[in-house]
Amino acid sequence: MKSSVIIFPGSNCDRDMDVALKKFGFKNQMIWHNDNSIPKSDLIVLPGGFSYGDYLRCGSIASKSKIIKSVIDFANSGGLVLGICNGFQILTETGLLPGILQQNKYLNFICRNVFVKVKDKQNKYFKDIKKNILELHIAHNEGNYFCSNDEMKSLEDNNQIAVTYCNKNGDESNENNPNGAIKNIAGIFNNKKNVLGMMPHPERMIDKYLSGEDGSLFFENLLRNLN
Amino acid sequence: MIIKVVVTLKNGVLDPQGKAIQQTLNGMNFSSVDDVRQGKFFEININENDETKAKLQVEDMCKKLLANLVIEDYKIL
Repeated sequence: MKSSVIIFPGSNCDRDMDVALKKFGFKNQMIWHNDNSIPKSDLIVLPGGFSYGDYLRCGSIASKSKIIKSVIDFANSGGLVLGICNGFQILTETGLLPGILQQNKYLNFICRNVFVKVKDKQNKYFKDIKKNILELHIAHNEGNYFCSNDEMKSLEDNNQIAVTYCNKNGDESNENNPNGAIKNIAGIFNNKKNVLGMMPHPERMIDKYLSGEDGSLFFENLLRNLN
Repeated sequence: MIIKVVVTLKNGVLDPQGKAIQQTLNGMNFSSVDDVRQGKFFEININENDETKAKLQVEDMCKKLLANLVIEDYKIL
C-alpha cells in the first residue's frame, strides 16, 4: 500500500507520521505543498503541526495551497484522506469536512493523553478494530469542534461522528471533554467515510516503551482494511 | 484604494478570548463592561479605482478566505 504525507511550511508531525506508516508496512512518500500533483497513493495524510503559523485561522492558508486541488480530487474520487490535528483543521477549511475547529474553551494549549470512543466501524479506518476505546495523544490549542445545527443533524443521521472524547470506561460526560468540542467530537468523516479528520495523534502511540500501542491498532487495522 | 474589513464571530458563537478580556476589564474596575466580542481587522490595498468593483472583489475574498462563514460574519467598512 502506498501513502503520501503532505508537508506544509510549519507541519511538525510529518516525520512522525512517516515513521508510523512505514512501521506498519506502508510505502510512504513525502509530498511538498507546492507540488502540482500527488503520485499514485492509497492513502493521503495531512499531518499535524502549525501550517503557516496558524495565520488567519488554523489550516485556512494551507487549504488554499497548490497541492490541495489534487487532495480534493483524490477525496472526491473516493480515495482515503486522513487529517490529523492541523490536518483536520485543513480538511474543514477545504470544505471536505463540515464545521470548524475553534479555540479550546478554556483558552489553554492541551498536551496530554486522552481516551476516545470509536463511534462507527462501518468504514475503512475502524472496521474490525479490536478495541472500542483507544488511548491517544492530543496536543492542540484549537480543537473545539463546532458546526451548525443542520450540519450536526446530518453528521448524526449518516453516522459520520468517528471518535468522541471519553474516559477509560467510555463515559462521555462533560468532565471528559478536554476542549469544549460540541458533543465531545474528536473526529468526523465525510458522508462517504473516505475522509477522516481527527484531533488525536495515533502516530504518537506506536511504541509500548515510549507511549502506548493504541495508535498501532489504528494503523494495523487501516492497512488490513486496505489490503 | 484601501478597503477595510472587520470579521467577528457570529452572535451565539462562544468567544473565549472575548470572555477573558471582559473578565480582565471587570477586574480592572471597569465594572460596567457586560460583554466583549473580539474579531479581526483587515486593510486591503487593492489596485482598483471603482469603489463598487473593489468592494465586490473584497466581498468575494471574505467569502472565500477572510471569514469562515460557519462561525464568522464580515463587514466591509
